[in-house]
Amino acid sequence: MKDTVVDVISFEQVEEIIEWVNKIHGFDFSGYSRASLKRRITRIMQLQQLSMYELKSMLVNNPSFFEEFLIEVTVNVTEMFRDPTFFKAVREKVLPYLSSFQRIKVWNAGCSTGEELYSFAILLDQENLYNRAFLYGTDINRNVLNTAKKGIYNLKLMKQYSENYMLSGAAGSLSDYYVAKYDAATIVNNLRKNILFSVHNLVSDGVFNEFQLISCRNVMIYFDVELQNKVINLFYESLCPLGFLCLGSKESLRNAELAKKFRVIDRVENIYQKIG
Amino acid sequence: MPRSLGLLTEWKIFIKKLADLTRHNNERVRKAKVVLIGCSAGGFTLVYDIVSKLPRNFPLPVIVVIHRSRKHKSSIEEILNSKSKLMVKVAADKDQLKRGNVYFAPSDYHLLLEPDESLTLDCSEPILYSRPSIDVTFQSVADVYHDNVIAILLSGANADGADGICYIHEKKGFTVVQHPDSAEVRTMPEAAINKCSADLILSNLEIFSFMETLATTVNHNA
Repeated sequence: MKDTVVDVISFEQVEEIIEWVNKIHGFDFSGYSRASLKRRITRIMQLQQLSMYELKSMLVNNPSFFEEFLIEVTVNVTEMFRDPTFFKAVREKVLPYLSSFQRIKVWNAGCSTGEELYSFAILLDQENLYNRAFLYGTDINRNVLNTAKKGIYNLKLMKQYSENYMLSGAAGSLSDYYVAKYDAATIVNNLRKNILFSVHNLVSDGVFNEFQLISCRNVMIYFDVELQNKVINLFYESLCPLGFLCLGSKESLRNAELAKKFRVIDRVENIYQKIG
Repeated sequence: MPRSLGLLTEWKIFIKKLADLTRHNNERVRKAKVVLIGCSAGGFTLVYDIVSKLPRNFPLPVIVVIHRSRKHKSSIEEILNSKSKLMVKVAADKDQLKRGNVYFAPSDYHLLLEPDESLTLDCSEPILYSRPSIDVTFQSVADVYHDNVIAILLSGANADGADGICYIHEKKGFTVVQHPDSAEVRTMPEAAINKCSADLILSNLEIFSFMETLATTVNHNA
């Protein structure tokens, strides 16, 4: 890769791009972390060897470029059973409670390529709750959702995922849930029947269902505090009474007003229950 | 320098040299707003000693990026917090950067600085197999503080940090690299030295005195 010894773009130029993307494509990134956006946009410009002028012109004139732009700007790094201790905590502290609900609706917001949603499906299956459950995975990015729908992953990655799976204290083996063929691992059909992936933008879309559990991990770190609070409000509105909210291990409910509406279930894994 | 001078004399000469150097660079060091420390293999004990020796009135926030596996729960921050006169913590998302605090990048996340001087975590791809990446943090902080950055790169087994140091150098920030002879693993400091010229290349003892000088040189009211 080319040396990065100069500023590729300034924060002012990041603001310009945000404005253009909003005007031309109707995606509002104004609540996104500027440090992260600057890094991502710089990365696109470096990968594709674009000047600021060329980037703008591509954004205006080339609709398929915008899809690429969206993929690069939003971070789509995910794993099955990422943070095994989190899944252990869900199994031990949340599922016993969830089992008392007639219907268990799960929303994985910012689900990217779907690995986390399938992990939740496996968790529910192991506690014999899957048949009562329905899982929604949403993202702003159509392309990653297509991957999620297919449920086909690189077999090599399954090694790491299997390790996570074991560390989470799950019974059996992850390979019970996928079929390996050549270098691909396909999630088994039984696990896919109660799952729906669809487009939802946390910035601009609202409540679309009532959930018993919402998981949104390592998504809001890319938002500024104001947008974070707005989205947590959206989750609050979308949860049934005593429903659960799972955030990433480095994201806690900091806003005092919002924190009052939740009870802490696990302080380390940032699992909360709606009370207010 | 003749050997017969003795260690003490050598030491005094060095202190004078350092004083001259910092006087020369006084303006650049004085207006700094943050100290960055990056290290990997073999740098941990040194970071431990540096942080535990920082005086209570250390005038700048400190950000430490250290490569470590996410598989093993580490309690560096807790242990250091009990030893140090400063508040030592794992950086949390949207923490506001403040003097008196030492922030460690959490394992498995990159650590970035926002224009409003709050921290952002980011779990995008590892860079040079590293997450946190020293390059990422160094560049991001320099984007916000420009030339008001002091960055120190220590021992490590890959080339992470070299781009970061040179980026800061390019932006006229103040750069310090551990002398490869003092480093337990010389790859990382060497990579940086080969890529651009750091302001200071220091032995371990010299790094400690540099930090002491900072405590007195930097503008406390900045």
